[in-house]
Amino acid sequence: MSSNALGLAAVLLVTVATLAIGTWGLRFSRTTSDFFVASRSVHPGLNASAISGEYLSAASFLGIAGLVLSFGAEMLWYPVGWTAGYLVLLVLVAAPLRRSGAYTLPDFAEARLESRTVRTLASVMVVAIGWLYVMPQLQGAGVALRTATGLPGWAGGLVVAVVVLLNVLSGGMRSITFVQAFQYWLKLTALLLPLVFLVVVWLGDGGRSPADPSLFVGGESGTAWADPVDFAGGHPLYSTYSLMVATFLGTMGLPHVVVRFYTNPDGRAARQTTVAVLGLLGLFYVLPPVYAALGRLYAPDLVGTTGADGVVLELPSRMIGGTGGDLLTALLTAGAFAAFLATSSGLTVAVAGVITQDVMSKRVEGVTAFRLSAVVAVVVPFLLALVARDVAVATVVGLAFAMAAATFCPLLLLGIWWRGLTDAGAISGLFVGGALTGGAVVDNLLVDRDGGWFAALVSQPAAWAVPLAFATMVAVSRLTPHRLPAHTSRFMVRLHTPETVQLDRG
Amino acid sequence: MAFEGLRSRWYARQLGSDADLATYRTLHTASLASPALRQGLNAESVERALRHLRNLLGTAAVAIADTHDLLGYDGLSTHHADQAQAIALRAVDATSTVVAGRAELACDTQGCLVQQAIASPLVIDDRVAGALVALTDEASASLLRATEEVAAWVSGQLELAELDESRHRLVRAEVRALRAQISPHFIYNSLGAIASFVRTDPDRARDLLLEFADFTRYSFRQHGDFTTLAEELRSIERYLLLEQARFGDRLRVTLQVAPEVLGVSIPFLCLQPLVENAVQHGLRSVAGGGHVTIEARDADRECVISIEDNGAGEDPGRIREALAGESAGESVGLANVDERLRTTFGDEYGLVVETAPGAGTRVVVRVPKFAPGVAP
Repeated sequence: MSSNALGLAAVLLVTVATLAIGTWGLRFSRTTSDFFVASRSVHPGLNASAISGEYLSAASFLGIAGLVLSFGAEMLWYPVGWTAGYLVLLVLVAAPLRRSGAYTLPDFAEARLESRTVRTLASVMVVAIGWLYVMPQLQGAGVALRTATGLPGWAGGLVVAVVVLLNVLSGGMRSITFVQAFQYWLKLTALLLPLVFLVVVWLGDGGRSPADPSLFVGGESGTAWADPVDFAGGHPLYSTYSLMVATFLGTMGLPHVVVRFYTNPDGRAARQTTVAVLGLLGLFYVLPPVYAALGRLYAPDLVGTTGADGVVLELPSRMIGGTGGDLLTALLTAGAFAAFLATSSGLTVAVAGVITQDVMSKRVEGVTAFRLSAVVAVVVPFLLALVARDVAVATVVGLAFAMAAATFCPLLLLGIWWRGLTDAGAISGLFVGGALTGGAVVDNLLVDRDGGWFAALVSQPAAWAVPLAFATMVAVSRLTPHRLPAHTSRFMVRLHTPETVQLDRG
Repeated sequence: MAFEGLRSRWYARQLGSDADLATYRTLHTASLASPALRQGLNAESVERALRHLRNLLGTAAVAIADTHDLLGYDGLSTHHADQAQAIALRAVDATSTVVAGRAELACDTQGCLVQQAIASPLVIDDRVAGALVALTDEASASLLRATEEVAAWVSGQLELAELDESRHRLVRAEVRALRAQISPHFIYNSLGAIASFVRTDPDRARDLLLEFADFTRYSFRQHGDFTTLAEELRSIERYLLLEQARFGDRLRVTLQVAPEVLGVSIPFLCLQPLVENAVQHGLRSVAGGGHVTIEARDADRECVISIEDNGAGEDPGRIREALAGESAGESVGLANVDERLRTTFGDEYGLVVETAPGAGTRVVVRVPKFAPGVAP
């Protein structure tokens, strides 16, 4: 009972703090004496913390530990991919995207291809990816609340949905860089501090290796668990590579990540920010697998069950117990809740912004339009979370990445690095990529398949959908050279010339 | 039969009689041609408009020429294009409608649908800019009338296009004027203030001179219509430093800028005049000196900038007049900024001024973070 009360208190604390910051905002008043401070832009390090804070979702905080616990080291490809995606972003996209002046992905599509149709299609994809990404956040919140407080799963989702909605409607967390940066350090602390205690307990218990060959959990030996390629499905090699394609190429297409790059003053700062994000994410992702390894020793009954996602929250009470264990659980619950709120709010704002601009604003006035859009942006994924069968949080997030990789990745890469891209090519490519991955998502959420090539292809669609989308864009662009936008060369110069070079960018 | 009669009566009641429907159709066809013609008289706009003009006139072919060449020909019997050009030029020279008969439109094609032509001049601001040619098999008095009317309507659209263009020219001229306008008083006063420090505080005088140099370099720069919010704020900062050197504690400034919006692209010198107004209003106010607050907030897709002073305020009616361009005087800057924001981002992004006598003034500028074609 006391553990439930502490868990609830932690959730309440995070909620109230988030709403308070959102409502009253952080106001820094400045006078002319420190005018220079005011016109100084956001430091790449701070911006990187903010990006990481918004990016590290329930899938990272809870999902990875659950997957690694159940399926073993091959699941480490998820955090590896989620980090490595920023490497691709750094090398190929960050600086040119910032120089394009675009705030959102549809903005970039419109600026590059001078077409309203491409913009509309890109907006539809933003909404689809956003919903697909918010849905598992709500499911994960259900898991967290069930573990911490004993509430039923749907209630947790409902609570998060309501809090996110309030938060977004109050104008909170919108893009206050400082608040999002704080979120990262909160999550890191919430995961690191309990882990220190847990590792001390583990050492005190003799420090047995979770990968000990003689340790059988759920019928799997320690060696098999620690093997990085032995994938759970029927076609491990294909699934692993497909996952890598999805996560490496999908990061650049996440709507709530891209808008943060606008805060960088120039392309160079955008690159510096991305490097810092790589470091911060790398640091964070060391922690969840350790929880999973400890879970193999101390919570073997969770392996392979849907409760595996809650292993991070279970460990303190099992290993330490008492008030200390309850306090650590409360801290972890708070961190997990912060993770849902940050990511869901960021995505909801992104999705609601798109709905406002492209659908609502033609029918309803100003603020009402945004409010209505925010409601739609939260309610749909909540209903999806209720309808869909029980799929691991990280799996659904993986599908969102696959969809981003099959749509926005070709659009961005070809848009930035190939002057031959036409609006017709982009439209057909977005359509093919979106339809293929969308079909795979629907199949995944509704049908439970066991084994076989078809199941492997559908559960990890990136490896075939991404090349098809690329091929379609290139082929259709080649067939429609007369549709090349009039100002392509000029725009390319803008994208690729460092800001320090003097030239007429008009 | 009874049903048919019922239906046609229902249509007549709901949608108007046949004559009404014909009027609507005509107006609709005309409205289709209008956007193209508003681009001005050139081959591209003419090509887009001609199809609709042919529907409007119902002739076999139509053509439009400027004072030298044929700009476009739409319809059947394209081998008459050269003759159409000759007839058009004749109308341009005559500055009145001309009718050409079979003799001028001779051709070898059996049953050619183009036998006669009517050309009517297009007049923009009392100047003949071209001619509209209707080519038909049988020119009638009613077609002559219709051609003249359509030519007059096209002329009207082209005049509007000229008006758009001259409005843009005016805005560009106003920006240039604004750059030049910053100067006399401010330069004189700043140099005076700097001079007063030369003996007492030479270091400060030197710093102020450098600020002054940077300020003028920015304000008089020649290239680019756009700048970033950070650049504009930096220039405003220099301006305020110079004003503070002159007024000391009588001018207080508070600044709240969300660092996220510093990279937003805005029209060059669109905040500077507003700050200048605020400083003047504030200083003209009561005892205790003026207080100017500059705030830039992040609002998702937009950046909201507000400039507020605690001055004497103004009658809202006068501000309305100033924004409508009906009164001259110190609010020229206000109207200019408003006009430039509207032409750059669209009418919904005009200035919002909140003021009342004795209550200070607050000017709010909204700027989208991204607008196609807007970049420094």
